[in-house]
Amino acid sequence: MTISRRLLLASSAGALAAPNIAAAQETPGVTATEIHIGSTNALSGPVSSYSVISRCLEAMFKRLNDEGGVGGRRVKFTVYDDAYQPPRTLEQTRRLVERDRVAFLFNQLGTPTNSAVHRYVNQRSVPHLFLATGADKWANPREFPWTMGWQPSYRVEAQIYTKYVLEQRPNAKIALLYQNDDFGRDYLHGVQDVLKDRFRSMVVTATNEATDPTIDSQIVQLQATGADVLICGVVPRFAAQAIRRVHDIGWRPMMFMTNVSVSVGVVMQPAGVEKGVGLITSDYRKDQSDPAWAQDAGMNEWRDFMRRYVPDGDLGDNNYTYGYGVGTTMIQVLRQCGNDFSRENVMNQARNIKPMDVATLLPGIKVQTQPDNYNAIRQMQLQRWNGQSWERFGNVIEGAGS
Amino acid sequence: MSLSPARFLLVLLGLAAALAPLWVLESFHLFQLTMAVIMALAVLGLNIVTGYNGQISLGHGAFFAIGAYVTSILMAQADWSFYATLPFAAAICGMVGYAVGLPALRLGGLYLALVTFSLAVAVPQLLKHKALEAWTGGVQGLFLMKPDPPRWLTSVLPLNADQFMYLNVLIVSGICFLLAWNLIRGRIGRALMATRDHPTAAEAMGMDIAALKTGAFAVSAMITGVAGALSAVAVEFVAPDSFTFLLSITFFVGMVVGGVASILGSIFGGLFVLFVPNIAESISRAAPGVIYGMILIVFLFVLPEGFAGLVRRLLAKLSSPENPKPQ
Repeated sequence: MTISRRLLLASSAGALAAPNIAAAQETPGVTATEIHIGSTNALSGPVSSYSVISRCLEAMFKRLNDEGGVGGRRVKFTVYDDAYQPPRTLEQTRRLVERDRVAFLFNQLGTPTNSAVHRYVNQRSVPHLFLATGADKWANPREFPWTMGWQPSYRVEAQIYTKYVLEQRPNAKIALLYQNDDFGRDYLHGVQDVLKDRFRSMVVTATNEATDPTIDSQIVQLQATGADVLICGVVPRFAAQAIRRVHDIGWRPMMFMTNVSVSVGVVMQPAGVEKGVGLITSDYRKDQSDPAWAQDAGMNEWRDFMRRYVPDGDLGDNNYTYGYGVGTTMIQVLRQCGNDFSRENVMNQARNIKPMDVATLLPGIKVQTQPDNYNAIRQMQLQRWNGQSWERFGNVIEGAGS
Repeated sequence: MSLSPARFLLVLLGLAAALAPLWVLESFHLFQLTMAVIMALAVLGLNIVTGYNGQISLGHGAFFAIGAYVTSILMAQADWSFYATLPFAAAICGMVGYAVGLPALRLGGLYLALVTFSLAVAVPQLLKHKALEAWTGGVQGLFLMKPDPPRWLTSVLPLNADQFMYLNVLIVSGICFLLAWNLIRGRIGRALMATRDHPTAAEAMGMDIAALKTGAFAVSAMITGVAGALSAVAVEFVAPDSFTFLLSITFFVGMVVGGVASILGSIFGGLFVLFVPNIAESISRAAPGVIYGMILIVFLFVLPEGFAGLVRRLLAKLSSPENPKPQ
């Protein structure tokens, strides 16, 4: 109710105000020598470990400026601290948009935090680009044309697993275990997207609460249905339990685990490294600890950047490969803009990225957008646990919109 | 009560200072100030139970959250007007506060602090719970809409939504501050303080300690709940992550910095907890928490009785040479 009324109001107000805005301020945040970009991140608080992403991006814009900038302009990148609290995110975002008058917003961190500004930025027509969150709701160009995510969403990941299952076992019976919240439900939606009408006949589901002590009963219940495929959208603690339990009761399904919960130290070792052999997950980034990338041109480019611009950065922290990828995408959009850095054109370029390679992403995985598809990364590669490490196999698989 | 001319002037000045930002500040700063006033109101609520009644509460973020959610659910799910939700938010928070006040009768000091703290930790998780999700929107939270200024007002006084919100917050908070002031300087206020300072003596004087303690909790939760309701509308969004236990600590910091058991101090406390983190961040982006902590320590050293204590001392100094009090 409220939303629809709000939309109606916003659109009518927007229609009335549009000519005035266009005349009053053509390109906020852009001068002859500078483009001002804003962001928020958790520089303090419980999840401040993500603040290295902002450090990485600052360093990337510094490198860009050292190399002459873009469109004859230098990039000024302002990051404010929201401590991962949604009200603070709104405060800081308004500060960026209304006081600092940034050209647009880039890579703000977090799902609840971005939710708090989702409507604000879309009402004001401020590009809200390449957010640091894996939720699915950012790829909704019809209702929120100014907001765009970057990394593959959990929903895309589930679509990819389901596609692989259909290819390998067209008559599979799929058991789906997911956590009963937004995170888990994205997996449910992803499986539904691919199976459509067949979902009812092919899939049995079980859910768990984040507060449950164990998920043993769900595993037993799913095994009893005779399923031969198991897809798990659960957090690391339950992932370890699931892997162990499935092994211990002698169930041998083709088992998929969300890539949120595949850390060797946190999941595989507690579960028992030998119990997880054959487990499948996915990734879109190059793992810097993988010897396969020791001489890789893309990763060497990243290492060179780290050495010169973030000399004290932890090379083992994969937030830096993430930051490098998302920063590369942003710079590509700026280059595409030519000499027109108006909000309309920035958004227009952001939704028209031709498939491009990014140094820190796996070979074959492209960043791309279309006006009706905001899933900037929609491909992943599967990998299998061999008892010691994750081994990539097969081709890159594409999820949403294809 | 009659106002002396000097007092009257002071009230007028205060009113002017509160209203001036409407025209002086641009939208963003006005929004910040709106949030600061809301924080001040929440700190006032905490001050009543902790400052005046001596019951330590580390759980006022929970009341803030409940107030915010009552208003949001009524507005988003039942399409109520914002104004109609305020009494409900206040009433429900008052009831919850009363219920929390009951264990407070048996538990004192640090134990009570822990009980209330557990409330602050539990509420965000309860808001995500499946059983409540149909109402609370779960992790996604709820979106609402600021009230638009009515036409009769805009025809006299051209206000945009942000200015109107500030005005609303100012009026509601002003009423709450006045009521709290009235409560504190009367019979009940003295009874609250007597219970804090010497419960045995207070009881011997015939005061009903149990009723006072639970009553203080109820009033305190009510005020903080109203602040929560205002914040939900000002931010136009609520989610469980907006109300982590850190919020309760923030109120506590605001109360101590502003001045324990001081109504004026609550205002300063609200301004402090909203603006100082921003100042800290502008000094050091790498470690804003460290700077914030340092500013906090400096404040506690320089102003041991909070901001209100400083004002009290200054006033005493100003008045003493002119009319020395007889010893």
